[in-house]
Amino acid sequence: MSLQVTDLRVYYRTLAGDVKALDGATFSIADKEIMGLAGESGCGKSTLGNSLIRLDGRMKYIGGSVNLDGAELPIWDNAGMNEFRFRDVSVIPQYAMSAMNPTRKIGKMTEELLESRGESYRQIRPELLRRVDLVGLDRDVLKRYPIELSGGMKQRMVMVISTLLDPSLLIADEVTSALDVSTQRAVAETLVSFRDRGFVKSMMVITHDISILYQTADTILIMYAGKLAEKAATKTIIDGCRHPYTKLLISSLPEVGIRYANKKLKGIPGSPPSLLKPPTGCRFRDRCPLAFDKCVEEPPFVEIATDHSVACWKVTGTDA
Amino acid sequence: MLSLDRVTKVYKVGTFGGKDMVAVRDVSFDINPGEVVSLIGESGSGKTTVGKMILKLIDISGGSISLDGLDVASIHGAGVKRYYRHVQGVFQDPFSSYNPIFKADRVLSLIRSEYFADMARSEWNAKVEAALRAVTLDPDQVLNKFPHQLSGGQLQRLLVARALLLELKILVADEIISMLDASTRIDVLNMLAELKSRGMGILFITHDLSLGNYISEKTVILRRGVVVEMGATDKVFANPTHPYTRMLVSSVPQLHKKWVQIEAELPAPIAGRGGCLFHEMYPLAGRTPEPAADEPTLAKIEEDHFVGCFDLPSEKASLVA
Repeated sequence: MSLQVTDLRVYYRTLAGDVKALDGATFSIADKEIMGLAGESGCGKSTLGNSLIRLDGRMKYIGGSVNLDGAELPIWDNAGMNEFRFRDVSVIPQYAMSAMNPTRKIGKMTEELLESRGESYRQIRPELLRRVDLVGLDRDVLKRYPIELSGGMKQRMVMVISTLLDPSLLIADEVTSALDVSTQRAVAETLVSFRDRGFVKSMMVITHDISILYQTADTILIMYAGKLAEKAATKTIIDGCRHPYTKLLISSLPEVGIRYANKKLKGIPGSPPSLLKPPTGCRFRDRCPLAFDKCVEEPPFVEIATDHSVACWKVTGTDA
Repeated sequence: MLSLDRVTKVYKVGTFGGKDMVAVRDVSFDINPGEVVSLIGESGSGKTTVGKMILKLIDISGGSISLDGLDVASIHGAGVKRYYRHVQGVFQDPFSSYNPIFKADRVLSLIRSEYFADMARSEWNAKVEAALRAVTLDPDQVLNKFPHQLSGGQLQRLLVARALLLELKILVADEIISMLDASTRIDVLNMLAELKSRGMGILFITHDLSLGNYISEKTVILRRGVVVEMGATDKVFANPTHPYTRMLVSSVPQLHKKWVQIEAELPAPIAGRGGCLFHEMYPLAGRTPEPAADEPTLAKIEEDHFVGCFDLPSEKASLVA
């Protein structure tokens, strides 16, 4: 068991009160597993990703624990986490295009980064060059400034730097959203190859694009309004999902081959609830076509089949 | 009908504008009333430049754009305002399209002060309500609110409603749903499809093939400023002929079909031909592209389907017009 997250709660501090962006998440990621994390904007998926590597000033750790390879991650302790960052937990940030220092050449920046972690650049350089080749970049990129690279090239360079110390967990936050389809495919396939080559042990891919997850992820976790809705193997989520939210989310995806004239797709009516004062009970209740009286109570996130967990009264039965 | 005829845009770049950069070259297509044309291309392919030229936000360097026979480049002064009565645009980022200091419905009242200054208030309110209903917005939910109180989908639809207040003929929708969530983007897309039944022509600019395929009648695929393939959407997607189109179609992430089952390799180009920008990018190994004559011109391979490539299959090449 590589990563085990138990009842993690992270809120945002605002003048109006706490925004309960992540309200009790329990899940695990196995070794060699790529877990996709999907949901609408504002459902807490980036909060979950960020909380595993760095809580910024507005984020407040409320409770829960994160266990990586048997060691407890002190995610509430910014300085204490330094020991784990980059080496054990690494991140490809949402805006990888602007993640690199524009005033340094890429090689120099990588050198400084490694030295700040007490690693020797000279020892790691051969491996760095090998990986630069692997992602299809010219070795000369190390002598260039970030501005000289295109978006896709920067994205791949950031991926190489992030995984240089072979982290145990890699968090990839919306890495493909800003890219063109052809670059998107190259980047997504590189992510999978990093796992296959053992550069990273397990991976969490955060995106709102479920079709990308279908191509890359082994399991998919669907979040809604700060809570977990459903987790299962990719194939199960796409072909046999049980939670009404997952069903609506997947049925709203336009695919090549579906035309408005032949098949009219529907969105999900309404919008996610405010997390400042989240509704009690099932948070999807107001938009759910199946909602019934039991939904005023909060549904537990239970395993209904092997590796398939759902939080919905309609699926688990009301006696659960 | 809006027609583009060999439209070209050259930007001056470098110190003192000493160099020319051709952003769009010889793009020709028509947008008929009640038709959605999707303009698909990667970043830097010039798709937004085409949209901006139609909206008269930048000048045209060559060729011409005409709306119902009127040359757009020749419109000056008061004519510009008349032109915008018929042609409007909506852009990618809904949050930066609004002034955060003012209420969101100010975009509607600005239309009133510009175009309908002497309309009675009750008549105006009825008009606003009809426009909001047309974009499936509830007036109570969106009027009198600040931009931050509305969702991205609502803001984007409000901008379309603003355009609807005018006697709109052409709507340029530049990546209007790429910043929206999967659950709301389909609503905005369906709304666009509804609008075309009112006789509006829509230029739907996107990099997402599945979205373009979903609503458009006609598809134009742009690469580095040049049209590589265009025609009726079902024909282009059923029978993608240009190697670039084939690569794009195979790269789209799909449900129920893994990438590994689809080849994304580019075919090796035939040696001895040059001039095609696409093949210059992907020359045969070890071969530098020969500086040869012309870009391939668009050839008709079947009814309503045009491809700009030298390597057309021979039985189709006989149809070259």
